[in-house]
Amino acid sequence: MHDSVKVYPAKPSRVYLYVTCLVDSFSPDTGFDAIALLEREGVAVDVVQGQTCCGQPAYNSGYRAEARKVAEAQMALFPEPWPIVILSGSCGGMMRKHYAELMPENVDVPAFSQRVYEFSEFLLHVLNVRLQDQGEATEITLHTSCAGRREMGIHEAGLALLAQLSRVTPIAHDYQSECCGFGGTFAVKHADISRAMAEDKTLHIAATGVQEFVSTDWGCMLNLNTTFEYQKASLRGRHLASFLAERTGLKRSSD
Amino acid sequence: MQQQPQLFKDASQHALADATLRTNFRGAMDFLRNKRERVLDDAEFSSLSAQCEAIKQRCLSQLPALLEQLETRCQANGIQVHWAETPAQANEIIAAIADGCNATSAVKGKSMVTEEIGLNDYLGARGVECLESDMGEFIVQMAHEPPSHIIMPAIHKSAAQIARLFHEQLEGVDYTEDVDTLIGIGRSVLRGKFRHAHVGISGVNFAVAETGTLCLVENEGNGRMCTTVPPVHIAVTGIEKVVQWLQDVPPLLSLLTRSATGQPITTYFNMISGPRRPGEKDGPEQVHLVLLDNGRSNAFADEQLRKTLQCIRCGACMNHCPVYTRIGGHAYGTTYPGPIGKIISPHLLGLDATRDLPTASSLCGACEEVCPVRIPIPQLLQRLRAEYRSDEEGVMSGAGGGRSILEAGVWAGWAWACEHPGVYRLLTWIAGRMRSLVPWLPSAWKNGRTMPVPAARSFHHRYQQRKSRP
Ligand code: SF4
Repeated sequence: MHDSVKVYPAKPSRVYLYVTCLVDSFSPDTGFDAIALLEREGVAVDVVQGQTCCGQPAYNSGYRAEARKVAEAQMALFPEPWPIVILSGSCGGMMRKHYAELMPENVDVPAFSQRVYEFSEFLLHVLNVRLQDQGEATEITLHTSCAGRREMGIHEAGLALLAQLSRVTPIAHDYQSECCGFGGTFAVKHADISRAMAEDKTLHIAATGVQEFVSTDWGCMLNLNTTFEYQKASLRGRHLASFLAERTGLKRSSD
Repeated sequence: MQQQPQLFKDASQHALADATLRTNFRGAMDFLRNKRERVLDDAEFSSLSAQCEAIKQRCLSQLPALLEQLETRCQANGIQVHWAETPAQANEIIAAIADGCNATSAVKGKSMVTEEIGLNDYLGARGVECLESDMGEFIVQMAHEPPSHIIMPAIHKSAAQIARLFHEQLEGVDYTEDVDTLIGIGRSVLRGKFRHAHVGISGVNFAVAETGTLCLVENEGNGRMCTTVPPVHIAVTGIEKVVQWLQDVPPLLSLLTRSATGQPITTYFNMISGPRRPGEKDGPEQVHLVLLDNGRSNAFADEQLRKTLQCIRCGACMNHCPVYTRIGGHAYGTTYPGPIGKIISPHLLGLDATRDLPTASSLCGACEEVCPVRIPIPQLLQRLRAEYRSDEEGVMSGAGGGRSILEAGVWAGWAWACEHPGVYRLLTWIAGRMRSLVPWLPSAWKNGRTMPVPAARSFHHRYQQRKSRP
């Protein structure tokens, strides 16, 4: 379970952005949209080149020694005391919660883990953003990841950000808190069970009648978007960062 | 009942393909979840579950001493106490008690521990007919099936399926789907059996060390019949059910019933403190308590794994588990299905036999969220995964069994690439180039999903280019 009370620091002038391996490979735009949103708030963004993966896949597969090596290598990349903003609740959960389980003897872990913030949580609670909606009226549903919800406790943050957009109506879908079936290696090891979960989730999302959904976790989104695509449905999800950037009239800070 | 967790993959595929089963489960689980939600608000749940977790941890921390105290107090109350390390020993003890009173028939209240040891078959083979008296258990016994849920054994069956079963298995019963009529029929069959049974068998929800009291939670009164009408009562329990004081029981009971069925309290709560005393009008002449280990002391020995034993068997984790909800209890091939089954079964049956269970979870955490005693089930699943793949000596049988050279090599290579960003970037670059060619996902994924396609140029690639621009 997530820590019950999290105390947020004052707004910093500089942050590290942890892009995550899935954003890196599958949705580079998400990374640039996130940078644009952070920079607009006057925060300088550092993307460390050596970042690869948080170590979660090996950890969840039972390969702890391997996960530890990777985790230690990642920790070494963020020497300054700036916040580490991470584009996924699940990688955030790994760094904030599981690094301590993985390396109980490493005294640097608690201070490191405390600096880790999931992106939407950071926008809302640390930067206190006030978003100005510039888009047409639309409806949207939010899929929260399980790790974001139960390990990080940040599932309300995405909704609170959407609520700032005057012409966006967030619609709840049935079984909102239920898992989409991704779970990393679970989706591969037990693909049939995972698929059944993904199919139900797409049904519930589609039943809201929205044209698009958002999430802050690319793992869930890969799972759901490929399911929608297989069903030849036009509904797709994108990262909350991209949705917010577009609604608030931000041009991508380029590539 | 034969336990076959080795067949989990096949069995779960089979279950997924069964549309009726999936509808039955979805409906039943929704019903139980909604009922629970109506009687438990977040604030109360959070403070009470913290209290219950603390009670169970305190009791488990002194488990050996409490078990000794329980034995002494029970004996002082006239309860005969027996210790069984294995299912076979437990069965022998129970059969010997039955032999001692020339029993040929036994009635049983719902007890998962007797499922765990396969008692019905064992007694049946020795000429003692063992009839299940809980309505759900009665139904699955008629269908020659094990329970598919620890609280609601027949939850996988629809009213129509049960109606057919009654009509086919019981003499002179017309086909009816009327639930009250069916329950009435079941009752009248059971009444006759209660009256003539030589032995009554039950489980135990809480065994109080302080007073030597056996507590039994139930709704139908069958438990009370089993423990009072026959001349001999045998209670069977896992050693983890002992609590220290009588005052430990109310908070646990209050969360147990609400988590399990959404009831503020059950219709019956039995506290058994010994056989019939002189001058008393009812109650058995002998009461026996069989304390079963069966791998539990193994879990007890490790501080992290010990948390598994906090379980009070409410079944809430199953009701909220997206995997259980879709495949049902039988697919697991174990006495205890669902999230709790995934963490307790490896202790009872070994990691080799249960190799697929700890991985059959997306680690979504719904189970931990609803557990009234706050068992960190996802964390324990990860521990079991590591235990199965570790190259160090583990505490459980089958530890290290799942470490294949190939898989370990893949993860070592992955770790090496992640530690060397240059290598990692090269690999993602290659993946981007070959993006529509890599057939790296199993066919089961592609059966309902398309292949995820990497972007042509990765974020880091584009970011580098952006930075190098003047
Ligand atoms: S693990 Fe927790 S939720 Fe599951 S049956 Fe046991 S006590 Fe109930």
